[in-house]
Amino acid sequence: MSKISLIIEREYLSRVRKKSFIIMSILGPVLFAAMMVVPAWLASMEDDEVKTIAVIDHTNLYSGQIENTELLKFDFLDEESEEEIRSNFKESGYYAYLVIQDNLLKNPEAIRLYSDAQITMDAKGYVQRSLRDHLKNQKLQTYKMEGLENILSEINQINIEIPTVKIGEDGSEKQSSAELTMFVSMAFAFLSYMFIFIYGTQVMRGVMEEKTSRIVEVIVSSVKPFQLMMGKILGIAMVALTQILLWVVLTILIVTGVKAAFFPDSEMPSGTHAQIEMMQDQNPEAAQQIASMEDGFNFNNILEMVNSLEPLKTLLLFIFYFFGGYLLYSALFAAVGGAIDNESDQQQFMLPVTIPIIISLYVAMMTFRNPGSDVAFWFSMIPFTSPIVMMARIPFDVPLWQLLLSMALLVGGFIATTWFAGKIYRVGILMYGKKVDYKELWKWFRYSGD
Amino acid sequence: MAFLEASGIVKRFANHLALNDVNISVPENSIYGLLGPNGAGKTTLIRIINKITGPDEGTLLFDGKPLRNSDIMKIGYLPEERGLYKKMKVGEQAVYLARLKGLSRNDALKRLKYWFEKFEIQPWWDKKVEELSKGMAQKVQFIVTILHEPQLLIFDEPFSGFDPVNATLLKEEILELKQKGATIIFSTHNMASVEELCDHITLINNGKAMIEGRTEQIRRGYRQNLVNIEFSGQREEVEKILKDNYELRNLNAVNDHFEAQVKMSEDQSLNNVLSGIIGHCTIHSCQELLPGMNDVFIQVVNQKEQPSQNQKS
Repeated sequence: MSKISLIIEREYLSRVRKKSFIIMSILGPVLFAAMMVVPAWLASMEDDEVKTIAVIDHTNLYSGQIENTELLKFDFLDEESEEEIRSNFKESGYYAYLVIQDNLLKNPEAIRLYSDAQITMDAKGYVQRSLRDHLKNQKLQTYKMEGLENILSEINQINIEIPTVKIGEDGSEKQSSAELTMFVSMAFAFLSYMFIFIYGTQVMRGVMEEKTSRIVEVIVSSVKPFQLMMGKILGIAMVALTQILLWVVLTILIVTGVKAAFFPDSEMPSGTHAQIEMMQDQNPEAAQQIASMEDGFNFNNILEMVNSLEPLKTLLLFIFYFFGGYLLYSALFAAVGGAIDNESDQQQFMLPVTIPIIISLYVAMMTFRNPGSDVAFWFSMIPFTSPIVMMARIPFDVPLWQLLLSMALLVGGFIATTWFAGKIYRVGILMYGKKVDYKELWKWFRYSGD
Repeated sequence: MAFLEASGIVKRFANHLALNDVNISVPENSIYGLLGPNGAGKTTLIRIINKITGPDEGTLLFDGKPLRNSDIMKIGYLPEERGLYKKMKVGEQAVYLARLKGLSRNDALKRLKYWFEKFEIQPWWDKKVEELSKGMAQKVQFIVTILHEPQLLIFDEPFSGFDPVNATLLKEEILELKQKGATIIFSTHNMASVEELCDHITLINNGKAMIEGRTEQIRRGYRQNLVNIEFSGQREEVEKILKDNYELRNLNAVNDHFEAQVKMSEDQSLNNVLSGIIGHCTIHSCQELLPGMNDVFIQVVNQKEQPSQNQKS
């Protein structure tokens, strides 16, 4: 036992001290934090430039119908100035100019927006929406209804947002958020996928390094090959945990630090406010939806929604499935590393190991849409895919028996793969310069001896 | 008394018999040569002694008791396929490997200091292994093998990678280890070093022990009644006598005298040869030529090779 801990210590320290680990530990949180902070920052940066658009309306039907915003100003000019602007656009100082040739209700194509540069989506969209609203109102006015003004303002206030409520087994209601649930499900599935892949490959490289540097026989004269394999797998698992912990802690530190330094007034922890502002220009309906969702996001609501996901249970399950999946796959990766002699043989043996991981991610993607489907059920039972697929299902509430069955199968699964991998590993690490195929692996598996 | 006794060792791989009823008995405090062509089964036998693999049949006695897992702490093994972690620092790595053999960190540091000074390699302590030359890395490897002062040492091709100066240094260290009481198993193709170092040998071929015994006895056992005679005088006369009565292998002029190699038949002796030629020349020296281990090796491997021994299972 003390020897396994020696091996774990070496595997852990030699990786944690590497420059690449330190860089990743710092760069990761910086990237995560940037993902949250940069959109807000960019939005606040873009705000200052005011663009002015000239409107030349040959019909005189639309003057004053496009309202100025903070960022977009409109000058309504007379027909004569069109030539002047066209020939002297650079000097005119306008960002773009809009020409309306005809009544747009009759001839919707009689309108053009000119500029010497590509016009932004925001500007084009705003002009489009303003005119569309105006035209809709105009059209309605032709029906000569009474009290139209009131009707219009009432219509424009209609909006719907459906709160989702989860019913507990005892009939109690909990407010839940479909969006949050889906996001959490996606995040967990993807995290499991990423870590199983990255650290499983590290196990394989570690084994290959020992084999190609020929140190392995020196070490197995002191410890059992199985101890060496498990020591490596567990040591690297600790590295993964350290990495996750560092990322979480550093990301929180950076985000709160940046928030305190640059957005002291903002109540929202992330860039959602800024995102809403940006979206308002492009897609008012969606922005409204989010905004109303955000309105409902007072602290108590958030807490209730997060609670409906049972964060402690979810976290514990995540750790269980992550470890289960990691142990299962890293044992197989270790066997591959032990079997091959050089990088070029790697591909043919990597493939059967990586295919189930990739399939799990695809199934997990389907699971977000239909967590109760048969496919999701079966793939969350099979130990090779359950670590990823089950994590995608958990936020949607999984019956207890399914959860327990899946966990039991996963434990059985990694014991089986570790045992299987151990047998191949033991023979493979001492085999040099031999062309290895699946038949050969099967032979190794059947070798006796302890 | 035998320090290590392996009897009836059988090891099968999928379709060949790696070891077929091999017995070796390594006397305490001796240097024991394990010889044989490539693929004969030497490494398999060594791995069995190290408990890296288990035998299918047979027993191993270590210091009189059945070999247990804990006994590998008393064994130092320098494998033929050896290496170190390239990215790790020399000192750190040596401490790690020593601790895997059961030494405490402090003991390991103390002993490493002694050996690094003795081999004059202290400046390498903080270097990464990839910065060392092959010979340098071999020195570190040797130190790590013997650091926990094992009772049994197993060296598989220890001299590969060493220049003549360091090979001599290594040879002296091995002899010193023997003097301090260690028992040493020595596997090599270098027959000159076998003659020089080994007290006993076993020659393995095709998974079977072909000959075993004291090195001197084995060489005598393969003697061919060959003598070397140095003389000066009448060359033609002597040559004629030797040719007529014996098998003359060689006769050359060397500097101011002649040298003849003569093979006698079983019933002839050196006395007959000398009395026959003594009237025609002055004899400077004569000596029986014992076959080198090289000759024994080749003779055994070629003569006794039987194709039927490669059993199918």
